[in-house]
Amino acid sequence: MHDFSYYIQLLLAGITVGSLYALIAIGYTMVYGILRLINFAHGDIFMAAGFFMIYISGTTSIYVSLPIVLILTVVLGVAVERAAYRPLREAPRMSVMISAIGVSYLLQNFATYYTGGLARPYPVIPFLTREVTIGSMTVKALTIITPVLTVILVVALVLLIKRTKVGMAMRAVAKDQSTAQLMGIKINNVISITFVIGSFLAAVGSVLYFSNYEQVTPMAGAMPGLKAFVAAVFGGIGSVPGAVLGAYVIGICETFIKANNDYAIFSNAFTFALLILILVLKPNGLFGEKLAEKV
Amino acid sequence: MKRYIALFLACFMLVGLLAGCSSGSPSSSAAPSNPPSSSSNVIKIGIYEPASGMNGAGGKQETLGMRYAHSVKPTVTIGGKEYTVELVEVDNQSDNSKAVSAAQQLITSGVSVVLGSYGSGVSIAAGQIFADAKIPAIGASCTNPQVTEGNPYYFRICFLDPFQGTVMANFAYEKGLRKAAVLTEAGDDYSVGLGHYFSEAFKKLGGSVVEAQFQSGETDFSATMASLVSAGVDVLFAPSSIESAPLIIKQARNAGLTGPIMAGDTWENETIITNAGDAAYEVYLSAFFDPNDTSAAAKEFVEGYTEWLKADNTRLTNNGGSTGVAGVSALGYDAYMVAIAAIEAAQSTDGTAIRDALIGLQHSGVTGECASFDENGDAAKDMAYIKTIDLQNATFKFLQTQSIS
Amino acid sequence: MKQKRYLLYSLVLAALLLAALIAIDNSSLKSSMLSTILQKGAIYALVAVSLNLLNGFTGLFSLGQAGFMLLGAYTYAILTIPVEARSSVYQYFNGGLVQFSLPVVVGLIAAGLVAAFFAFLIGLPVLRLKSDYLAIATLGFAEIIRALIQWNTLGPITNGSNILRKFPTYSSLLFPFAVSAVCIGLVVLMIRSSYGRAFKSIREDEIAAEAMGINLAKHKMMAFCTSSFFAGVGGAMLAMFQQSVQAKYFTSAMTYEILLIVVIGGIGSVTGSIISSFLFVACSEWWLRFLDAQHYIGGVKVPLLRSGFRMVVFSIVIMVIVLFYRRGIMGTNEFSWGAIEKFIKAPFGRKAREEERKKVTTPHE
Repeated sequence: MHDFSYYIQLLLAGITVGSLYALIAIGYTMVYGILRLINFAHGDIFMAAGFFMIYISGTTSIYVSLPIVLILTVVLGVAVERAAYRPLREAPRMSVMISAIGVSYLLQNFATYYTGGLARPYPVIPFLTREVTIGSMTVKALTIITPVLTVILVVALVLLIKRTKVGMAMRAVAKDQSTAQLMGIKINNVISITFVIGSFLAAVGSVLYFSNYEQVTPMAGAMPGLKAFVAAVFGGIGSVPGAVLGAYVIGICETFIKANNDYAIFSNAFTFALLILILVLKPNGLFGEKLAEKV
Repeated sequence: MKRYIALFLACFMLVGLLAGCSSGSPSSSAAPSNPPSSSSNVIKIGIYEPASGMNGAGGKQETLGMRYAHSVKPTVTIGGKEYTVELVEVDNQSDNSKAVSAAQQLITSGVSVVLGSYGSGVSIAAGQIFADAKIPAIGASCTNPQVTEGNPYYFRICFLDPFQGTVMANFAYEKGLRKAAVLTEAGDDYSVGLGHYFSEAFKKLGGSVVEAQFQSGETDFSATMASLVSAGVDVLFAPSSIESAPLIIKQARNAGLTGPIMAGDTWENETIITNAGDAAYEVYLSAFFDPNDTSAAAKEFVEGYTEWLKADNTRLTNNGGSTGVAGVSALGYDAYMVAIAAIEAAQSTDGTAIRDALIGLQHSGVTGECASFDENGDAAKDMAYIKTIDLQNATFKFLQTQSIS
Repeated sequence: MKQKRYLLYSLVLAALLLAALIAIDNSSLKSSMLSTILQKGAIYALVAVSLNLLNGFTGLFSLGQAGFMLLGAYTYAILTIPVEARSSVYQYFNGGLVQFSLPVVVGLIAAGLVAAFFAFLIGLPVLRLKSDYLAIATLGFAEIIRALIQWNTLGPITNGSNILRKFPTYSSLLFPFAVSAVCIGLVVLMIRSSYGRAFKSIREDEIAAEAMGINLAKHKMMAFCTSSFFAGVGGAMLAMFQQSVQAKYFTSAMTYEILLIVVIGGIGSVTGSIISSFLFVACSEWWLRFLDAQHYIGGVKVPLLRSGFRMVVFSIVIMVIVLFYRRGIMGTNEFSWGAIEKFIKAPFGRKAREEERKKVTTPHE
């Protein structure tokens, strides 16, 4: 019924969405790997990055505002960690998670207040939105740039985690915080670095995501954030390549579901069904390490 | 320590409850433009509109029309005495679950009549509350039949979705289009209703329809559009909010849809042209009002309203940064004037009396006949304006008027 | 002696409350903001207590409450819409499939049962999961249920994504209070029974609880289903309160609100949840409303006040509570006359109170 190029078109759309989820998912998986905390506010930091871009590009050129947005987002991410998670380091996990929900609530409400609650158009970034022709199809440059950039960032991140001292410290903290501390690792610094990387990737993801969808609303981060978390769980918490794979699976499946008009309403629900399935069948995700139950 | 806090909070709550009992009205909710008047003869009119959420942009434009009308006619004479009209505004946040308390707030502040709302869902959700409190409500642009149906206190001055859907279906069919895609937003009564009536009428004419739905807050329409284009549709009918419209237009064009894109009254908002850019070619919509209308009343309104908008930057911002006259602003103006006419006819500030006056009212406004309500409380409107987007001037261009029958 | 006195106090307090409610019900205040807040507060209290039963007493961190409320609200609405109103409600589905209507009470119970039944189905796979995985899985289930209800194919039953209305609602303010009071009473009885003690032992230490012979799966399931039952009843009452119901609005944001109520009241305190429900609803819908409108004091415009500021202030207050008063209003304490008497006897004499506490507590330990 449909021709071949239709499926290619869907696949490309799915890969774009998947790459965007992947960039957010890495932030989740790293924070979760180290703090065992679902950072509910991560999606909202991603949304905030979108608004930063809108307001800053209003006063200066796009190319000046890009680095400023990246820096501001990182500052916001670290500030959230300092203010809302660090004081609760010794508290039960439920308290930290509630604090994360509180931060998410605060960021959304503040964005609603500051922007008046209406959708704002995202500035056009010419080198991302110009059109390129491949064979018979015309696509936005960003459809090509996004997956390539995602792969580059992931490789860089994996190298950072496996080959550098900071990476080693991160792995140590993820394994056992108190032992790591005894070994002379400054836990708070490592956690801050994790948030720096996570927020940086969220900002990059936000530039690509909102360039594609062209507008930002205060609730824009909530759903992508949850889906990225599911991607992280799917791939196995703590595993960066796993999170990326999970993101692509979710992005592509979701696109194909949306293309079927009878079942399009299940596009979000599917993600969660996948989550429950994976948790029941393989609780540690595809590539997750087995965690011993601590008594 | 905790005990003190608990006790303190409990006392706080008790005091609050008592305060609520004694004052009986919320401390504030008056519109910013209306500092409390010193005169004791005040009649309050409630404005029940969204200022945030999916329909915030449209709600603000409708409110502007009402505020302008208020500035034109700030008083009303009842029983030989001059009453000052005070507008009480409340934001229903385009959210049916916030609708009840927003409506309740208006009732508590003692309004005699309510205007609104943009977006049919919130009007349907709050309709019973107004009816229970015996306060008449006049809908300006809520087009879903369920708003007034079976509610003796809800009136409406615009046309309805079955009419609007049929008009657009006729228009599409007359253009030689035979296969339509109808894209609606799940959970939005306006969108689903209008889409339904369009499909019904289009099928009756002999066309075929492919239906699709998206969830509220959706930003990625690429897959949906790809499937619709692949199904070979030659027109897209997508009644939706101002927020989704540019995304739908752009992503439809990206997916390779070159045929016309059509929608209902909500799309008459210039931010859509700005945001959709070059993709907004061959876009057709039905509208309530044409600013280039040559009738004296319409001309006077357009001139006065444009001046009024220009006088204040906040007003311009609320109008989406342009001086264009939106159809919903004209309806907002008319709704206020109908309310004033009804109050004068009733010679009373009592809700039931105003409602009884509304039933037999005749009122010709800038958008045509705005009263002569039928048994459901709907105005006798039998004409829609079809408009298209003029990309060169970034405005809406009037194409033709269309009626059914 | 003391017991008798406290019972008397309780009866007097209950009678006073009842009298106040009846007075409000029969006066012009009935259609005021006060009455709206009281109704919504009573409904939220029930839902908050039901969530507290899970989070606070059993230690299961669930975020699915909005989904169960949605099930309850829809079940109630679908079963009780009068037959003659169905053709106008189900306008796109030829009046729908369900062509009968049940009495209100039956509808309410059915609402709870359907929610509990789905909880049972969901509980089978997910209750094995640990804390935050359980949270995200239940959150996901709420989303799945929402999508299922909005699915057009089920439209003849659920009316698709469209609004459901015209079902019977209550006319008296006493109704939500009565239902909530009965339901909360049942929850309290359960908490005080041997089941409740088993729940608490699971919360404190699962492994130790299992070692003591407590069947983990059975008790967790029991807590989960009970909580969902009351969430379903709460959802049905919310539908009655709003006079209309639509799946679109039962989002995770609603669950978060309820979770925050539980946290503010104190995780593990029924009284806390009830008090904070009323406070939360009153603050968010009424007392803080003035922050949303512009004000002039002596001709000077007060800065910052504008639509949306209310929610910002509100979320900052919540963050302060979460960060600095982690125990909430009541901690894990419950309301007791003893505490109040002691407080009245020595309102600010910390020393005296501490001495008395020593006297009271030592014999028990």
